[in-house]
Amino acid sequence: MSSMNSSTQNLTPEMFQPIERDTLAQEGVSSKKITFWGDVWRRFLKNKGALIGALLLLVIGILAIVGPEIHSYSYRSVNYDLINKEAFGDHWFGTDGAGRDVWTRTWYGAGISLLIAFLATAFDLFIGVPYGCISGYYGGKVDNWMQRIIEVLYGIPNLIVIILLLLWMKPGIIAIALALGITGWITMARVVRGQMLKLKSQEYVLAARTLGASTRRMLTKHMLPNVLGPVIITIMFSIPTAIFFEAFLAFIGLGIRPPEASLGVLINDGYKVLQLFPYQLFFPALVLSLIMFSFNLVGDGLRDALDPKLRQ
Amino acid sequence: MGRFALQRFMYMVITLWVIITLTFFLMHTMPGSPLQHEDKLPPELKEEILKEYGLDKPLPVQYVTFLGKLAQADLGSSFKYDGRSVTDLIMQGFPASLQLGIQATIIGVIFGIILGCVSALRRGTWVDNVANVFSILGYSVPNFVLATLLSYYVGVKLQWLPPAKWDGPEYSILPTLSLAVLVMATIARYIRTEMLEVLGQDYMKTAKAKGLSARTAIIKHALRNALIPAVTVLGPLIIGLITGSLVVEQIFAIPGMGWMFVDSIQVNDYTVIMGITIFYSALIIVGMFLVDVLYGIIDPRIRIGGVQE
Repeated sequence: MSSMNSSTQNLTPEMFQPIERDTLAQEGVSSKKITFWGDVWRRFLKNKGALIGALLLLVIGILAIVGPEIHSYSYRSVNYDLINKEAFGDHWFGTDGAGRDVWTRTWYGAGISLLIAFLATAFDLFIGVPYGCISGYYGGKVDNWMQRIIEVLYGIPNLIVIILLLLWMKPGIIAIALALGITGWITMARVVRGQMLKLKSQEYVLAARTLGASTRRMLTKHMLPNVLGPVIITIMFSIPTAIFFEAFLAFIGLGIRPPEASLGVLINDGYKVLQLFPYQLFFPALVLSLIMFSFNLVGDGLRDALDPKLRQ
Repeated sequence: MGRFALQRFMYMVITLWVIITLTFFLMHTMPGSPLQHEDKLPPELKEEILKEYGLDKPLPVQYVTFLGKLAQADLGSSFKYDGRSVTDLIMQGFPASLQLGIQATIIGVIFGIILGCVSALRRGTWVDNVANVFSILGYSVPNFVLATLLSYYVGVKLQWLPPAKWDGPEYSILPTLSLAVLVMATIARYIRTEMLEVLGQDYMKTAKAKGLSARTAIIKHALRNALIPAVTVLGPLIIGLITGSLVVEQIFAIPGMGWMFVDSIQVNDYTVIMGITIFYSALIIVGMFLVDVLYGIIDPRIRIGGVQE
C-alpha cells in the first residue's frame, strides 16, 4: 500500500490527456478476417496428401499438353522399321507394334482421356445442377415428380446404360462423354437438391425473400454460391470415375478407334502384347493410375477442407 | 414398414420395366445386324433365318412377344451358339461369376474392416497414413490393370499361381484378389469415417468410464455402431463387382457371365446381350431393393423420411 502511494505521489493530473472515445473503432475486429474460402484454402494447404495430388495433376496436365510435342514423332505416324523398340532409347517409352512412339501416344492419350472426363463432367453440371436447383427450390409437387423420375433413373445401372448407348452410337470422344454424362448427372442433381432443401430453411434466405429478392437473384446470388462446395467435391470424384469408365470401355472393345488414342485404348493395345512387350502396357497404365490416384487425393483433401463436420 | 417396402417394390418394378424397354429398343435400332458377318448367305436364306427368330415382324409386335416370353423366363436363343437358349447360357456362366463375387466380398469385407478400424484407432499416425494411401491406391488402380499385372507377374513370371483358366480352387485366387481390392478399399474408407464419428460420441466415454476394457469397448460399442451405415455401401459394391467381373473374367479366361457378355458385345449377339443386360439389371435392382429394406429395418429414421419426404 505504501509503495503504491509513493508512486502515485509523482503523478500529476497534467501528465494525463483524455483521448477521444471512438466507439466504432472499439467494435472493430482487430485480427485479420478469414473468409470461408480462405479457411478452406488454408486447410487444404495443410493436407500433405492433397497437395501431392494437386502437384501431380499439374505435372500430368502440363505433360498431356506439351508431352506429345517434345519429340518430332506424331501420335499417329507409323514407322515399320522401328516396331516394338524397347523403352529408354531414342523413344523414351519405346514404340508400339506399328512403330508409333509410345511416349507421344501416352501423353496424347492422357489428354484425350482428360478431355472426355471434363466433357462428361460438364454434362453433369449442365443437367444436374439446374435439375437439382429447380427440384429443391420449388419443392412440393414439382419436387415430388422430379424425384420420382430420379428414383427410377437412379435404379438403372450406369454401366449397362453406357454399354447400350455405345453399342448404339459409334464410339467417339463425344459419344463416350455423352454416355457418361447421361448417367452421371443424377448424382449431381441429388447432391444439389439436398443442399437446396437445407439452405431453403436458413434465415438469410428468408431475409432475402422478405427484402423482395427475385427468384433468379435468390438462386444465383444467395443459394448457388453455398452449394458450390458439395458440387466441387462431386466433380472431383466424378472426373476419375469418368476416366476409369473410358478406359474400361476401351478394354472391353467399346473405346475410340485407332489411330486415335486414349489411355484405355493404349492399355488395351498393350494388353494384347503383354507377354512380349510389357512396357507397352506399363506406361499408359501407370499414367492412368496416377491420374486417378491424384484426383482421389485432391477430392479427399477438398472434402475434408470443405466439410465443417470434419473440423477438429 | 410395410408401406415403405411396398413403395420401394413399386420403384423396383418400374425401373426394371424401363431398363427392359430401353434395352429392347436400343438393341433393335442398333447399326449392324446379327447376320452382318454372314455375307455369303443368299438373301432368301437370310430372310428365312430372320423369320425363324421373329425378326421380320414390326417392332411393337416383337416387343410384346418379347415381354410375354420374358415373363416365362424365356430370353430367346443365341445367334452365335446355334440353338442354345440364353437362359441356359446365363445359368452356365453364373456359378463361376457368383463364386468369384462371393469370395471377393468375403475377403474384401474382412480386410476392409480391419484396415478401417486400425486406421481410425491410430488416427494421424503413420499407420493411419499408410492405411489411407493403401485404400486410395485400392480404388485408383483400375481392376483390369491390377488383374493384368497379377496374371502376368504372379502367374507367368513367378509361376506361383495359374495365370488363367478355371480348373479348381487355386485358379480362383488371382481373380478373387483382383476383385477384392476394390471392395476392401471401399469398406476401409467407410469404416474409418464411421469409426471416427462413433469414437467421438459420449457413450464411448461412458464405456471407458465404467471400466470396460478397450477391446470390449471398441468391438461391442464402436464397431457395431460403425457397421450399421456400412450396409449402404453394399449396393455400390454389387455394381463394382459386376463391372469388375466383366474385365477380370476376360483377363483370366474364366467362362463366367462377364466373359460371355463382353464376347456377345463383340459379335453383336443381340439376344445374349439383351438377356445378360436384363439379368444384370435385375440382380442390381433387386440387390438395391434389399439393401433399402434392410436399412429401413436397421435404421427407422430412413423409412420415416422415405415415406414422408
